[in-house]
Amino acid sequence: MVEPQVEPVRLEVNGVTRRLFVAAHRTLLETLREDLGLTGTKHGCELGECGACTVLVDGTPTLSCLTLTVEVDGAEVVTIEGLGTVGDPHPLQRAFAAHGAAQCGYCTPAMILTAKALLDVDPEPTRTEIAEAIAGNMCRCTGYLPILEAIAAVAEETR
Amino acid sequence: MRIDPTHGIVGAAGPRVDGLAQATGTLRFLDDLAYPDMLWGKILRSHHGHARIVSIDTSRAEALPGVHAVLTGADLPVAFGLLPVSQDEHALAVDKVRQVGDPVAAVAADDPDVAEAACELIDVVYEPLPVVTSIEEAVAVVDEPIHGEGPRDNRHREVSLEFGDVDAGFEAADHVREDVFFYQGNTHAALEPHGALALVDETGRLHLWSSTQVPHYLHRIAAKVLELPEHRIRVTANPTGGGFGAKTDVFSHELVAAKLALVTGRPVKIVLTREEVFYCHRGRHPVLMWFKTGFTADGRITAMWCRTYLDGGAYGSYGAASLLYTGQLQTTTYRIPAYRFQGARFFTNKPACGPKRGHGTPQPRFGLEIHLDKAAEDLGLDPVTIRKRNLVRPFSTTVNHLRITSCGLEECLDRVVAASGFADKHRSLPPGRGVGLAVGAYMSGAGLPIYFNDMPQSEVMVKVDRGGLVTVYSMAADCGQGSTTMLATVVGEALGLDPGDLKVVTADTDLTPIDLGSYSSRVTFMAGNAALEAAMKLADLVLTAVADELDVDPDEVAIGRGVVTAAGRELTWAEAVRIAEARWGLLSATGSYKPPKDIKGDYKGAGVGPSPAYSYSACVAEVDCDPETGFVTVEKIWLAHDVGRAINELLVRGQVEGSVHMALGEALMEEQAFRGALHDGPSLLDYKIPTVLEMPPVETILVESVDPEGPFGAKEVGQGPLLPVMPAIANAVHDALGIRVDEVPLRPDKLLAALRDLERGGEGRYGPTKLPDYEFRSPLPVEPPPEFR
Ligand code: FES
Ligand code: FES
Repeated sequence: MVEPQVEPVRLEVNGVTRRLFVAAHRTLLETLREDLGLTGTKHGCELGECGACTVLVDGTPTLSCLTLTVEVDGAEVVTIEGLGTVGDPHPLQRAFAAHGAAQCGYCTPAMILTAKALLDVDPEPTRTEIAEAIAGNMCRCTGYLPILEAIAAVAEETR
Repeated sequence: MRIDPTHGIVGAAGPRVDGLAQATGTLRFLDDLAYPDMLWGKILRSHHGHARIVSIDTSRAEALPGVHAVLTGADLPVAFGLLPVSQDEHALAVDKVRQVGDPVAAVAADDPDVAEAACELIDVVYEPLPVVTSIEEAVAVVDEPIHGEGPRDNRHREVSLEFGDVDAGFEAADHVREDVFFYQGNTHAALEPHGALALVDETGRLHLWSSTQVPHYLHRIAAKVLELPEHRIRVTANPTGGGFGAKTDVFSHELVAAKLALVTGRPVKIVLTREEVFYCHRGRHPVLMWFKTGFTADGRITAMWCRTYLDGGAYGSYGAASLLYTGQLQTTTYRIPAYRFQGARFFTNKPACGPKRGHGTPQPRFGLEIHLDKAAEDLGLDPVTIRKRNLVRPFSTTVNHLRITSCGLEECLDRVVAASGFADKHRSLPPGRGVGLAVGAYMSGAGLPIYFNDMPQSEVMVKVDRGGLVTVYSMAADCGQGSTTMLATVVGEALGLDPGDLKVVTADTDLTPIDLGSYSSRVTFMAGNAALEAAMKLADLVLTAVADELDVDPDEVAIGRGVVTAAGRELTWAEAVRIAEARWGLLSATGSYKPPKDIKGDYKGAGVGPSPAYSYSACVAEVDCDPETGFVTVEKIWLAHDVGRAINELLVRGQVEGSVHMALGEALMEEQAFRGALHDGPSLLDYKIPTVLEMPPVETILVESVDPEGPFGAKEVGQGPLLPVMPAIANAVHDALGIRVDEVPLRPDKLLAALRDLERGGEGRYGPTKLPDYEFRSPLPVEPPPEFR
């Protein structure tokens, strides 16, 4: 095997500056999970099909499995770890738990980040707008209904 | 003994105890584990559907820098299989591959890229063999059957049973009708791909983590295949990112990760790609089926004959049970006075099928509920009436000896019909719009364990520390269904404690007492009962000690919310347990659950179908069909489910909605289809699953029949609600367009074909018409229970 080219990269991850050397083919998903130990970001296909690996890159929901780390040099990345903790959860995290919006919880981090991106630009979305925003995020457990409720409830709260 | 909830803990709709861990991404799934010196495993898989392995040369792979071990079938020669009757798999192929994706060799390397590169350097010479990919092909005698030696057909197993006199029942009928249906296979597509991590611990024991729903069965099979005593192996099931039956089998990657760890002495992790998950499968069997039923003029069933033909794929897996499930539960919703069931499962060179939500019962349920709708039309009855004339009665026995206890089926039917306005809508909506109805039933746990034994199916231990913390130990594996929350809620209710204040240790063969696994919807009923027993014993210890200490009558001591009250005095829970510990020593208690013995008949096959209790569901679907495109839009689903009692209403509703979602996919779009032995599209892009945009509103109606044997009266909810949805949609399409699509998925092209048939003066049907050229042996007569004689 040919030794891959390694490049320096700077990322703002959850508000912290991280400087790394990464191989050119390394995905943001791999960098976050394996190099930075941020395993809250999940993966269901690594081919851009399921949405489970969504993180926010400069505020935009982005499939980290299809993003090369070197492509986002200098960007601000927010992962689920950047939102809140069990002791001090983000309103979306609290609402997802309260509404049963997570069953297995595997789609949940990506779903919450996608919802956050929506509410950041549109604090009062309609149900259709919420559905459209999360349409690229697969959930195999819940049938989506409690997810829609949880997001709507947070929008309602902040109104 | 019936125990009523009094603390308002059971029946509430509180969050999951791990809800915030999930929402913050801190719940650790398998692939979230890593060790500093960990190696990555990768499996080389067959790209042939059927081939003999002539030779394997691993020398180039072994020479690759960064490779630590390479394994082939010779390293893991012991055959295994989940059912004792189907020991037909190898962790790595020995001699032959039987499906695309069969594991052939494996590598452990410093990183995943090296492992993958090494797999490409393994030279395998195959001698391709003819492939069998359909039931029609599988019934023929061939020179090289998929399993076994010498010319024979590819039948795996057959069943042929008769309860009562079916021919006499047909004679006595005023109307007899026959129908053929096909149910296409589909897969679980749990969002988390399977994975396993193994290491040899500091005492030399093997520790195997896996995203499995069945740590106990994995433990047994790992011991067998690795040729180690069970006590030298520890299995931990991680929370799984969805199961639905996908993770109830034991897979190559689990055994291979373990072997690689043993060989290298380093931790080894293997995580499957999505494509590998599609080839591991073990999902819904494609089933061709035929129903013949006799009815009286007023719609009462006089006899039924059901034949099923299962395309099992390359291995046995749970198939021997799946086969029986396609015949056994028809009798749990309708009183069938005489019943003949004949079924056969065949091997084909495709990924092995197994249990998916509803295990073997959604297929015949689909056929039966459409069959009944058609019979109703023949007899001039409406779909509600024909069902009501035949409903099984609570506390009765079926003709095939299943014991029915609590049964809220009639209430489910009435409520779903009322809520949906079915009576006003049926045959009355504008063209293109329609409603359909169906019902179903499912087991609250399989009555018998997978391997014969007389021990409990579930055991739970509770322990209290001096601070009052109650820890619950159970092997139940949470695959998203919420078993951990259920355990905390049941014990919490018994002890007056908030579920979130309990600690639950689960799914670890070293730490927790037995639970057979998260399959057959058994955990709430069985582990719940064991937990309740343990908690009640613990409560008794605390109450007795407090009564003694305060010198009051034990009847005057009671458990409240977080307190123990005694003759006007109130102790905190922590104060009370300290008194009890002083009295008894370590405060702990255990509970066990074993289903009653009298729930099954005495015939070959009687072990599949019995359950300590059945859940019941009824569904109305309203659809809008576009006759131009053949596209079906589901406008709304009403689903009533008899859950016995909702331990946690939020989770119960979640299971109903999730079932509806999965059912929608099965009804309209999902298919595990093949081109020859190759999967048609082993990716989440090609395999269509409903997104949020296809999800209709669901009106969930919970019916609580309070089962006399369930924990606080509870029964299952994880699988049953899926069953009636597919036939309800198919029946609604008939109401909308006057056509019959007698197979799933109800794809637009099939609707259009049926519409064309209607235009040309045909009956407006799309579906199978003939059965395979296969002769069943004559049915084994089984004497029905006394009430049917
Ligand atoms: S992992 Fe599925 S889209 Fe990225
Ligand atoms: S909660 Fe399991 S995939 Fe969404």
